[in-house]
Amino acid sequence: METAEIYKKLNTVFEDVFDDESIVVRPELSADDVDGWDSLTHIRLILTVEKAFNVKFSASEIGKLKNVEGLAELIRSKAN
Amino acid sequence: MSLALFRSLSWLPEPPPDCSARCRAVLDQNSESTLGLRLQSLASFALDENQLNHLARVMAKAQKSGSSLQPLVPFRLGVLSNSTLDFIVPALVATAARYGIALECIKADYDQAVQEALSPHSAMNRARPDAVLLAMDYRALPLRCKKGDAAEAENAVRQSLLYIETLRAGLKANGNAVCILQTIAPPPERLFGSFDRALPGTTANLLNRLNLRLAESVFGTEDLLLDVAGLAETVGLADWHSPSEWNLAKLPFSSGFLPLYADHVARLLAALRGKSRRVLVLDLDNTVWGGVIGDDGLEGIQCAQGDATGEAYRSVQRLALELRERGVVLAVSSKNDDEIARLPFRKHPEMLLKEEHIAVFQANWNDKATNITAIAKELSLGLDSIVFLDDNPVERNLVRQLLPAVAVPELPSDPALYARTLAAAGYFESISFSDEDVSRARFYQDNAKRIGLEKQVGDLDAYLASLQMEITFQPFDEIGRARITQLINKSNQYNLTTRRYTEPEVAAAQHDPQCFTLQVRLADSFGDNGMISVIICRQQPSCEWEIDTWLMSCRVLGRRVEQMVLREILEHARRYGIRKLIGRYRPTDRNKLVEDHYSKLGFTLVSRDAGATSTWELEVASAAVEAAPMAVRSIGFMQETSDVAHDRAS
Repeated sequence: METAEIYKKLNTVFEDVFDDESIVVRPELSADDVDGWDSLTHIRLILTVEKAFNVKFSASEIGKLKNVEGLAELIRSKAN
Repeated sequence: MSLALFRSLSWLPEPPPDCSARCRAVLDQNSESTLGLRLQSLASFALDENQLNHLARVMAKAQKSGSSLQPLVPFRLGVLSNSTLDFIVPALVATAARYGIALECIKADYDQAVQEALSPHSAMNRARPDAVLLAMDYRALPLRCKKGDAAEAENAVRQSLLYIETLRAGLKANGNAVCILQTIAPPPERLFGSFDRALPGTTANLLNRLNLRLAESVFGTEDLLLDVAGLAETVGLADWHSPSEWNLAKLPFSSGFLPLYADHVARLLAALRGKSRRVLVLDLDNTVWGGVIGDDGLEGIQCAQGDATGEAYRSVQRLALELRERGVVLAVSSKNDDEIARLPFRKHPEMLLKEEHIAVFQANWNDKATNITAIAKELSLGLDSIVFLDDNPVERNLVRQLLPAVAVPELPSDPALYARTLAAAGYFESISFSDEDVSRARFYQDNAKRIGLEKQVGDLDAYLASLQMEITFQPFDEIGRARITQLINKSNQYNLTTRRYTEPEVAAAQHDPQCFTLQVRLADSFGDNGMISVIICRQQPSCEWEIDTWLMSCRVLGRRVEQMVLREILEHARRYGIRKLIGRYRPTDRNKLVEDHYSKLGFTLVSRDAGATSTWELEVASAAVEAAPMAVRSIGFMQETSDVAHDRAS
């Protein structure tokens, strides 16, 4: 899966989870930048990403995530 | 594939693409009086976890600003759990709106259950909830014991039961709430294998016994059972329990099942508030039997034992009968002649449903919203107690749009799954079963009443316009010939002359310069209906066209297709210099439906002969027929300026 494609789909996921159509997903985006990105929403985000890309993450993979770049990279390594 | 039925709540219509935007916009509209209804209509789509969350957020905002959610009925639900409730609560709030309930949740999670239940001053008890859901899973219970030790196993079951009973007693004593107990879904991990179920002390063995006793402990009391074990078995324990989601966030079951779980909780609350449905209105053709009784006849319809298609429809009949035995009233709404529609009930040996099972029998050619309104009135029940089962998506949407209070399940394409889908939707959720329920069926027995109609409900025109219909006219051609021949030999009801022709005869009509022919197709927003009407006009001396054949598929009845067909005929007649159209109605025992066809279209009666065939005429020059809301395409007529398809405004 191409990186651009991943970001495009991630944007839809973010819009859905944060209920905000103006959100723009970029590599350095992290929980500090987005209103309402708390621990619960983080779980929602992860679960929605898993469903949207049909992938599964382990707890340790999730724990290491710092920003969108890491998330996109993790998706790229799993989705084909 | 049935897993998707349950997980995606497939009996509910799919949410529109702009669902979340609609949720956000619902508060901006300036009519608070209908806010509750608008929220309910949004909740009535098959919303996923995130969409439920969005809707719940909107509802919380509305409540915070003091907006009234009427006519939604307020309900306070306490939830105690050993897991995270942050995902469950919004799903419950949004889903309850589907059932007409404005839900407020008081939650206590992370093992606060005992304190909350037992202390009279706890937030839970002070909130005076109407009901409390004990959302415990197997991890909350003292189930550890020595495997194979019967006494210890019995003790573990007792201790677990005691734990739940203690919570229940505390909530009763301190808040007098109805308690909703959950059965416990066993984890799929086995220790010995199949032996687990037999060996005392294994989790499978313990939970088997515990669930039975939980069920016994609520039976006959005011408390309720939420059969989570049954739900988890239905969708599969392996999918239900997600170890990663438990580890990640203490989610008691996979979050993909939140919509399903919430719907099951909301059904119970609705049942508690007396909001369960009471009437099942059945369509007949291709819903209760396979085929169309008016066209296929008694021998042609499918409901026979041992036949795969017949069995599918029998399962619908069987479920309807079982529902009737537990007090659900059955009614029929079918587009048919009354006599013809009753024929299978009276004469077909394989029919399980008989006339005496049907309280109100509405077979006529009016729209179904009008008929369902008449049925509700006759039974003195509200529209919100009615479920309407119909295989046709256009009929389903018409009823949904005009009568939003009626529950109309989506159905899969395979009729074998109709009964399962209807049952899965849980419209008739009930929390008790009394003698009165049994006698209700008897009360409506021997009725099969045919009743008068109410005046037409709602805006049918707007609905027709919303279908985005496109009608296509072509003269007969080689490609259409087989289907044209089939329609000519099969159509009985909407058929003015019932003249049957062979394929060579159809080909002859195509090439005969004295014949004007039409094959008509109709597409709409639900898809392509294919060829739905066939016309043959034969030119007579004195510049007249005699309409030799005019037939139409009953599937598109009530869409004003016949008006559009006449407009098309007139247009070509003018071009050919035809003065008059001559129409004939030749009555058979099947085509009473079109008795008034020509008079409705503005023809004048010329004569009626002894065999009751009537002859009608229409002056081409002065004829004016109102257009119906659909786009028109005429293709392949020789006299067109070019052979290319061209659109005309209708």
